[in-house]
Amino acid sequence: MSDGNPAKTTPYTVPIGPIHPALKEPVMFTFRMNGEQIEKADFAPGQTHRGIEWMGMRRNPIQIVHLTDRICGICGVSHSLAFARAVEQIMEIDVPERADYIRAIIAEFERIQSHLLWAGMAAHELGFDTLLHLTWRVREQAMDTIELLTGNRVNYGIIQIGGVRRDITPDQHPAIHECLDYYRDLQGKLLRIFLEDATIQMRCRDCGILTRDDALRLCTVGPTARASGVNMDVRVDFPYAAYGDLDIEPILPDRYLGETRGDVFDRIVVRLLEVEQSAGIIRQCLDVMPAGDILWETKIPKILAAFKKAHGEAVGRHEAPRGEVLHYVRMDGKEHPTAWKVKASSYSNLMSWIPMLEGEQIADIPIIVASIDPCLSCTDRVAVVRGGRRSIMTKEELHRLSVEKTRRLMR
Amino acid sequence: MSLVDTALAVVLGTLAMAAFGFVAGLTVLGIDRKLAAHMQARIGPPIRQPFIDVAKLLRKENVVPENAIPWLFHAAPVIAFASTITILLYLPIGGIAPVFGGAGDLILIVYLLTVPALAMVAGGFASGSPYATIGAQREMVILMAYELPLAIAVIAIAWRLAAAGVAEPFSLAAIAANPVWGVVGPLGIVGFAILFVILAWVTPAELSRVPFDAQEAETELAGGLLVEYSGKNFALFYMAQGVKTIVMAALAVAIFLPWNLSDFVAMTPAVAVVADFAFFLAKVLLVAFFSVSLIRVSMARFRITQIVSVYWLWFGVLGLVGLLLIVLDAYAGVW
Repeated sequence: MSDGNPAKTTPYTVPIGPIHPALKEPVMFTFRMNGEQIEKADFAPGQTHRGIEWMGMRRNPIQIVHLTDRICGICGVSHSLAFARAVEQIMEIDVPERADYIRAIIAEFERIQSHLLWAGMAAHELGFDTLLHLTWRVREQAMDTIELLTGNRVNYGIIQIGGVRRDITPDQHPAIHECLDYYRDLQGKLLRIFLEDATIQMRCRDCGILTRDDALRLCTVGPTARASGVNMDVRVDFPYAAYGDLDIEPILPDRYLGETRGDVFDRIVVRLLEVEQSAGIIRQCLDVMPAGDILWETKIPKILAAFKKAHGEAVGRHEAPRGEVLHYVRMDGKEHPTAWKVKASSYSNLMSWIPMLEGEQIADIPIIVASIDPCLSCTDRVAVVRGGRRSIMTKEELHRLSVEKTRRLMR
Repeated sequence: MSLVDTALAVVLGTLAMAAFGFVAGLTVLGIDRKLAAHMQARIGPPIRQPFIDVAKLLRKENVVPENAIPWLFHAAPVIAFASTITILLYLPIGGIAPVFGGAGDLILIVYLLTVPALAMVAGGFASGSPYATIGAQREMVILMAYELPLAIAVIAIAWRLAAAGVAEPFSLAAIAANPVWGVVGPLGIVGFAILFVILAWVTPAELSRVPFDAQEAETELAGGLLVEYSGKNFALFYMAQGVKTIVMAALAVAIFLPWNLSDFVAMTPAVAVVADFAFFLAKVLLVAFFSVSLIRVSMARFRITQIVSVYWLWFGVLGLVGLLLIVLDAYAGVW
């Protein structure tokens, strides 16, 4: 491409986004290019802020649980679970053990369908549409089982403060086992298709590398961090729900490939292996799930009354399919929380785009952007718009504003 | 034949070929979409879908971007469509001789094949969009990449025919009269099979299909070269795409599968024309299935650098191996 002509080789700018076929959700990328190579990458999220937290702080936690279902289109249970755990910690609720197991089962089914959806999306970004259709067809089995268990395909509405809203009955076990057997039989085929295909290897091996140091420095979470060799998983490091009783080992690419390169290929490996791991976790849950209640308190007015006595703050964490999701809640003896902050997993992962993208080619932008499985509508928690114009706040401004607000509250 | 008769024959022939190219091209696109859908476990659109699309596009307005160079932007699709029809005039369709008869040869066709691509490059640069500009740059690189294996294939065939004593080896009439498989021994057959495979793999790049569609690359460039085209201009490019599919398949048929049904079965001339035409269409569909539909559903898109190395290294070397086998075969015949 470089023909020696200085006018042709000067860097030019390519905008990608906010709406572009490479992106499944709006985010604005600006690339400074040298021919086909990316010299510098920058991005601006905040294109899809919806003000869910603002809505939440005017509602009681029972209503908020259903709002959390709708923070993300894919993580139907991750946000609800993290939020419910935050509120339960404030109110010191003991969630019945059976409910904890049901929560884990639904969360793992969610991981299966989310990772398969991502795998299909990755294939599409590579121009491999056959694999997209194949993967999304096998994903339907998990969707059907989720619908059987919760009544819904997407917004499950199964989490309640202090438990779950639906039990898993014995007559549902055969269907669950059938689904798990289906994925067990399929696993070898999926791994073979994705990992042994020559074109996928050519496109993904050594592409979009995130070193272990960068992964740690940028505080990446979930499969993105694990694919770079960072051994972290909230389910293991800080067990919650039923995960403390279960045998889980974080999936790292070197267990399968013998080495960790931190490239797009490793991220595919980690996610595909996690599908198998999740099926195993569900199996364990079904085997050891105790009988008993599924709710701490069935009468809604009693729960609402308890909110009015709740004082304190807590952080609820959950290992969502994309990594750790975190909800901070503060309750001050009112029905509605005084503060609610959502930190989606993608928020921690977005910054890893920069080291991954710089130095790569235009052709790699879609797959690298997709490789961290970004979920931008969960991530966008703020958008600064004044007088019809968007602006960006610096760290100093934000610090000044927060000091001012603290002073105001202290008065 | 007087000059007027010749002119009339050429005009009528050209119109007939344009109509054939339009109908057959869009039908092949429809069949390709249906076959690909079935291979991807989808139902797919009806086979007449490309006709519906074109009818709709032709009713839509042309949107010209602010930064575009309007005359070039509007000229590019016309040139692309007209030049693909022109190639069709040099290719034999079943038992029907080319409209331009013996006026052109393989070398001319190889040159003409670059014209639609260059028209797309011009249209892309004239669009004034960064995506289209990158697409146009990529299209030029791809053009240079697949030219090498294509040239090797064409030259090897003509050289072998010349070595076998065929006069005017680059003429398509000579190639049709002396099917390449008949003039060579076993080594040569392997060599020609390799060249056939190479031509089949050049076809997706010529037609900008996966895995060689970096110039349009939906997920990267949002359509690349064609991103700013809409309405009638886009319909012209779409029709040119259909005709190009027919052209590439007809070229492979003319060189490698030139047999006619009437050569094997005795039939009256009127029946022979129809039968040969149907047989030709079947061969075109077969070639289009293997070189377009099957390849595009079974692979991911290459990066532009990978496309160049695929064509120059893999297919370049493979072509030279084929050429070497054919040369050995020719000298083996002499010894």
